[in-house]
Amino acid sequence: MNDALLEVRNLSVDFHTARGTVHAVKQISWSVGRGETLAILGESGSGKSVSASAVMNLLDMPPAHIVEGEILFGGQDLLKVSYEEHRALNGKRIAMIFQDPLSHFNPVYSVGWQIIETMTAHGRPADQARARALELIARVGIPDPEAALHKYPHQFSGGQRQRLMIAMALMLKPDILIADEPTTALDVTIQAEVLALLKELQRETGMGLVLITHDLGVVAEIADRVVVMSKGEIVEQGTPREVYHAAKHPYTRQLIGAAHGKGEINILDIASPVLLEVKSLCKTYGAFTALNDVSLTLHRGQSLAVVGESGSGKSTLARAILRLEGVDSGQAVWKGRDLIGMTARDVLGMRREIQMVFQDPTQSLNPRMSVYQIISEGWDIHGLMPDRTARQAKVAELLEQVGLAPEHARRYPHQFSGGQRQRIAIARALALEPELIICDEAVSALDVSIQAQVIALLDGLRQRLGISFLFIAHDLGVVRDFADTVLVMKAGQIVESGPTGQIFSASQHPYTQKLLAANLDPDPDVQAQRRLRASDG
Amino acid sequence: MSQASLAKPPRSAEKSAAATVLSMLWRDKLAFVSVIVLLFVFLCALLGPALLGDLATDQNLRGRNSPPFDLSRGWAFVLGGDALGRPMLARLIYAARSTMLVAAGAVIASLIVGALFGLVAGYMGKTVSQVIMRLADVIMSFPSLLIAVVVLYVLGPSILNMILVLAITRIPIYLRTTRAEVLEVRERMFVQAAIVMGASHWRIIGRHILPQVAPTLITIATLDFAFVMLAESSLSFLGIGIQPPDVTWGLMVSQGRPYLGNAWWLAFWPGLCIVITTLALNLLSNWMRVALDPAQRWRLEARSTTDE
Repeated sequence: MNDALLEVRNLSVDFHTARGTVHAVKQISWSVGRGETLAILGESGSGKSVSASAVMNLLDMPPAHIVEGEILFGGQDLLKVSYEEHRALNGKRIAMIFQDPLSHFNPVYSVGWQIIETMTAHGRPADQARARALELIARVGIPDPEAALHKYPHQFSGGQRQRLMIAMALMLKPDILIADEPTTALDVTIQAEVLALLKELQRETGMGLVLITHDLGVVAEIADRVVVMSKGEIVEQGTPREVYHAAKHPYTRQLIGAAHGKGEINILDIASPVLLEVKSLCKTYGAFTALNDVSLTLHRGQSLAVVGESGSGKSTLARAILRLEGVDSGQAVWKGRDLIGMTARDVLGMRREIQMVFQDPTQSLNPRMSVYQIISEGWDIHGLMPDRTARQAKVAELLEQVGLAPEHARRYPHQFSGGQRQRIAIARALALEPELIICDEAVSALDVSIQAQVIALLDGLRQRLGISFLFIAHDLGVVRDFADTVLVMKAGQIVESGPTGQIFSASQHPYTQKLLAANLDPDPDVQAQRRLRASDG
Repeated sequence: MSQASLAKPPRSAEKSAAATVLSMLWRDKLAFVSVIVLLFVFLCALLGPALLGDLATDQNLRGRNSPPFDLSRGWAFVLGGDALGRPMLARLIYAARSTMLVAAGAVIASLIVGALFGLVAGYMGKTVSQVIMRLADVIMSFPSLLIAVVVLYVLGPSILNMILVLAITRIPIYLRTTRAEVLEVRERMFVQAAIVMGASHWRIIGRHILPQVAPTLITIATLDFAFVMLAESSLSFLGIGIQPPDVTWGLMVSQGRPYLGNAWWLAFWPGLCIVITTLALNLLSNWMRVALDPAQRWRLEARSTTDE
């Protein structure tokens, strides 16, 4: 590979932590050429971002320590150049964009000032920088570039901020653009647009693109080559098609197997009695309508998915049912009684029957309570199970039910991985033997393979214990294997609802179709066909 | 580390809580020494006055300002004698009781009241919070020494009044810190999770919010200890604080001030006592912050598994 623009060779990086040395990456090599897109695919903790940070000289040393290897760019080893020389390359020849643009824009400066600064910082005249900024802001599709220059980061939506970030990265026409999870924080429809923009810009400028992601769909959509990382090592590399269809390493196969959308679709049992009936809920925050005449029916044992992008009101719906938030009008009838009008005393009884699993288990578990205390707290609250030995036995049983070990009861949340923490949160919800569990984005913060495991766990619980689920998600793909009915929400309204099979095969509403189309398929061939169809149509 | 603790036989689980605390204390040698120092100070305060009898109060004008490290007058004068010829060592031990009583009393009282109001102000609605915060502002806007002078002048100087006055002036520190932390903690997801489970307000405050806020409060309280000791000494210096024959370290420092030129030990030894006690408290609070945090505790437990 002589035409490689940037090449990482045999890079090994260790992290010296108080708990001993961690080998973050071991002997990894990759390269990217002009006009090429390389995807680095891996789950959290796989070390996928470490090599990119080494390229940008972003590793904090110590604790990080580069054991061996070289990073070749333009004939020199980036690990050997001085700090000053590196600074001259960063931003100018090699640029980087990050997952969360809000935290990488400085909130007290206008966006234009910050974009122009990348150029003036490298010694270009200000008027030239301004002209280039205007041109790029228009290019990435921000309306009214002149006005946008003077706005502040919070005045843009997440997708627009990511576009501005891309504009900022491209100011100095870099040879290499490193994108670290650029679309992970975005809605699916926005993700598709940003990826398309990146691809277009790459075609125009001929830059090399290094894309760090955990999402097979993103790889299928955009990558020319992919390296798969697991536990700090490259376990597989090749074109996305090779890797998808002929994966050799067991980890890659597991990752591909975990991609959703392959299992049987659940069918709703209409004969079971109605558990919850929501009737025309309305809720506004000032001028913003969060819920607009939302109605739904949930049967016993049903798993109902509510899908919508950010701001669609799906979380408000869950919070309203749980009485965490008031509504303007409407009813939520739970087993014949209206939840909305209930007195505080009656709400306490209802709290036993409806439980919730939150998006981020790291935040939803009290860090100062042991797992035993977390799971048994509900019994304390409701005065159940006064006997200590019975409690211990029940906690052990619950832990086994969610796939953890009984001896985990003595540990604290920080000693678990993200997926395990979510299992603890599920065990906590199960402890009160609820009839309905509301999952608010319960798997969104988890790695793909863990997502599949948690969804399988929830599905098993539904079948064995007959618990109903209200499953809130922003991603249609996630709900396909789990839900029997899907509601699609947009701007506080339900735009379409129906059995899962019907939504996926014969959706009526254009918004649902748009969501489905934006949902990236892990199979590169499917993605290629979709692109072809889109360009025809 | 976690794996190691898991693999260990259940013997460790059955170890009593006291033994666990002791072994964790032993891991941090500084904290261990601090506990011994504080225990010593506590014993002095408890038993000192009874054991010493009149030794600390008997005047001996021939021994005025006798220099330290001179054993010709007996062991009691090893740290020298004060301006009235009383042995410094005995005076220091005797003073420990009033010093600890005032400082600990004021710090604990202001901590409890401040934290309680802070929790309420942070957790309850806007009106209650506003009322409490404005009251705190009123206290803060007075120079604390001025309130103390006025109140003590009206009520008459006594140890209880001293505690009361010093506690009131320090309340806003705890109140504001607690409120700020509560405002942040109550938005966290695990508080929402507790609400969903049906937890009462008191349970949420006591079980979920207070444990997150407590380490900060304990750290402030130990720092405040030294401040309260010195504030008490300035009140005593003005003559409205501790009344002779009662004495505190702070009062001893200010009484020794005119003699700094020719008899440094009059102010130095009580000053050293204040420094050592505060330092010990700080080191202990540092240890407590780590020991109380499950995510940090391994620092104190870790070596026990690797050492063996």
